[in-house]
Amino acid sequence: MSVFVLKRLGQAVVTLLLMTFMIFGLARLTGDPTPLVLPAEATEADRNFFREQYGLDRSLPEQYVIFLRNVTHGDFGISFRYRKPAMEIVATAMRPTLELSAMAMVISILIGLPLGILAAMYRGRWIDRLVDLYSNIGQAVPTFWLGLMLIIAFAITWPIFPSTGYGSPMNFVLPSVTLAFFTSSSITRLTRANMEDVLRSDFVHMERVLGLSQFRIVAKHALRNASLPIVTYLGLQFGLLLGGAIVTERVFAWPGIGQTIVDAILNRDYPIVQAAVLTTALFFILINTVVDILCAALDPRVQR
Amino acid sequence: MSNSSDIEPVLKVRGLTVAYGPLERPIRAVADVDLTVKSGEIVGIAGESGSGKTTLCTALLRALPVNARVSGTVHFEGRPLFDMTEPEMRQLRGRKIAMILQNPMTSLDPLFTIGNQIEEVLRTHHAKVPARKLRDRTIELLRRVHITAPESRVRQYPHEISGGMKQRILTAMATSSSPSLLVADEPTTALDVTVQEEILVLFQEIRERSGSAIIIITHDLGVIRRVCDRIVVMYAGRIVEEGPTEEIFAAPRHPYTRGLLNSLPVLKDDAIVLSSIPGQVPNLSDLGPGCAFAERCSSVVQGCTERMPPEVPVGPDHRAFCCRLLDRS
Amino acid sequence: MTALSRAASGRVASLLMRSRPWLRNKPVMALVFCSLLIIAAVFGDMIAPYGVTEPDFAASLSPPFWMQDGSNAHLLGTDQLGRDVFSRLIGGARISLITATAAIFVAGTLGALLGLIAGYFGSIPEAVIMRLADAFLALPFILMALALVAALGSGLGNIILVMIFANWARYARLVHSEVLSIKQRDFVTLARIAGVSRMRIAVRHVFPNAINSVAALAALDFGRAIILESSLSFLGLGIQPPDVSWGSMLADGKSEMQFAWWLTVWPGLTILAAVLSFNAVGEWLKGELDPRSML
Repeated sequence: MSVFVLKRLGQAVVTLLLMTFMIFGLARLTGDPTPLVLPAEATEADRNFFREQYGLDRSLPEQYVIFLRNVTHGDFGISFRYRKPAMEIVATAMRPTLELSAMAMVISILIGLPLGILAAMYRGRWIDRLVDLYSNIGQAVPTFWLGLMLIIAFAITWPIFPSTGYGSPMNFVLPSVTLAFFTSSSITRLTRANMEDVLRSDFVHMERVLGLSQFRIVAKHALRNASLPIVTYLGLQFGLLLGGAIVTERVFAWPGIGQTIVDAILNRDYPIVQAAVLTTALFFILINTVVDILCAALDPRVQR
Repeated sequence: MSNSSDIEPVLKVRGLTVAYGPLERPIRAVADVDLTVKSGEIVGIAGESGSGKTTLCTALLRALPVNARVSGTVHFEGRPLFDMTEPEMRQLRGRKIAMILQNPMTSLDPLFTIGNQIEEVLRTHHAKVPARKLRDRTIELLRRVHITAPESRVRQYPHEISGGMKQRILTAMATSSSPSLLVADEPTTALDVTVQEEILVLFQEIRERSGSAIIIITHDLGVIRRVCDRIVVMYAGRIVEEGPTEEIFAAPRHPYTRGLLNSLPVLKDDAIVLSSIPGQVPNLSDLGPGCAFAERCSSVVQGCTERMPPEVPVGPDHRAFCCRLLDRS
Repeated sequence: MTALSRAASGRVASLLMRSRPWLRNKPVMALVFCSLLIIAAVFGDMIAPYGVTEPDFAASLSPPFWMQDGSNAHLLGTDQLGRDVFSRLIGGARISLITATAAIFVAGTLGALLGLIAGYFGSIPEAVIMRLADAFLALPFILMALALVAALGSGLGNIILVMIFANWARYARLVHSEVLSIKQRDFVTLARIAGVSRMRIAVRHVFPNAINSVAALAALDFGRAIILESSLSFLGLGIQPPDVSWGSMLADGKSEMQFAWWLTVWPGLTILAAVLSFNAVGEWLKGELDPRSML
């Protein structure tokens, strides 16, 4: 087990490193950002000072090493635009996004899991067809559009919820429901498929024949067996959720990392872009690693 | 748990038919089967894959899929089985009628320990037993099926134990309440020869100890000869011959049975001679009005394909379904 | 990804693609709609009643024709600049379909090639390619897309590039595993024993077998590509004016949501219908091309 954990952590580190390399490479790809950041009247001396400040005058490999070293200290430089440490801005913005994502995840599981189980148990009946419809539409609806529609419906036409803002529980409702739509349809689909598989397996048949009640078979055996792949998938889902969050935040003016990244891109504020992308990637990799390790711990078949 | 053969047989099946598919052209996995099993008997059901052996026994437990159409009557210890409600059936399953399924490798839940799963079965059938007693009883059950070091076994997971041991554990689970009827589906197929022998001895012990009737489904005639009192030979969903083991082995009356016995490898002048029955098992949806074996039969005549073969008694406990048997009078 | 999560998501992929019997028939309506979209993409200029950027200030913000103040001149309404919504929807079809097609085609081919190399030649190429693919797949789609847009800028060409970057790894993984399983099959061993060169085996035997599953994956990817492009355009990072995309129409319409609902409803419904249709056709094609997955 500890071997597995170490291996898994090693993989995570490698992926992170690759990510830093990619971020670094991409940023430098676009060439010297100096002319874009400094006003046109800046003198050559100003530009040189700027370049020195940000280490843009060194060779590329040197820059990468410096970059890496700084990253491990959480130093992404000063935001070109806000004149504050990029990491500080990103850290503040991370929290609302995580809250939103967590909320959406909880809603998705609360809806998706029971629906999937019921659809598998009553295969072919109306609930199965309903779930089919739901999962098809869920996969096809653009999240941001759903947000807009919900705003039109529940913030404008029937003004129940606020359309923007952050702070009170009421603010959470529309954004998290929007986000949860896609994720819950995926979870439903996956749960149903897994449950169906498990309900057809030999050991379930054996349990039935031994006289165990349907309730016990489903609640204890089927659920446990079906949920392992689902837990793994939840880790992946989180990534999709983060992606959706970025767009959703735009719709609802949610002060999270999504807004921050997009603004930073439009403003060519590289320190923030780097900090935001790497931090989000870090979270994503972390969650996946934890989920993988959790799964391995729960499954007795994995080598100990 | 008396050992003598009671007047009321444990199992009485009459006209059992299991059909699938469209109503106009049904596929009869089991067709018009009559079977009687007495307490303490070990009956072997022999036949190739697709002959209906497993479907027949699964029907007895009423554990077939929902699209199966079952007709006929089954009396278990005098009670009509098909009239019972599902809660009543659940009282019987695992407690009075038990079945061990075909593949021991996949018949246990991989995520729970052996002990957990056995205790679960015990708790289902004996609700009021306190926890500690359950653990003791589990260990006792494992000992009964000759599993060594049961105290440590109960903490192991299915993937950590061998096929033979899994088969024993499944047997332990199935016999935990000393059922009157135990069905074992291909109990030896997935195991090595030495282990096979141990399992068969186990079955004999079960019969001795609790007087259970045992049905063994197998395509391995060696197994049948080893432990079964009677053989039932099935082909394409129907019974073609039934009788005491030794009698059938000595003088099989149905051409299919003869073919089966002939196909056992035989040593002749230091060479192994293999013969087989020509042709293949027919597609169950393509059966005609006559005998299903006709196209492969060496004794076939005109009438075979036109009418269903009649039941012909050929001994006190021995019957076969072949029209050619009527010729000898 | 670990072996466990890889197995899980591989299994997930096949489980998710399992279809219901009633989906196995030809999805007629979906096919019709897809054809309409393709026609719109190709012949858009001739069909659209107005130019995509043609303003009509007199008729700005007029609602769809069945509402009060609506007119038959602009069936689905107009936006702030008086541009006809229907025409812009048609224009958007061209952009979305082109982007999706280009992205998937290139990503698929590139990914398949890399997967083939990795699977067939093994050792170092395999290790490098698959680690790279894992890393690319380890990160959320849109995050990577954003990083790339930050570096490369927006606009049609760059968006296609971004989507290629984001997509290739899945095809590489798929072909890689296909190749591994085919490699072990008897007919390949026989070919090698007979002295056929490795390259020839790869091209003549291994590739055609893998291509079916690639095509099936691509068919289902189309919808995803459309959504990704719309999302980026909505954020302002994708298609730039004067090019029109359904996503950017939504961004423009957002500010008028209070009263001009049609500016957000029509583009969104179009995206939804397009994705549903392509998904349905994709599922059906998958059934035809890769019957194993329907088991």
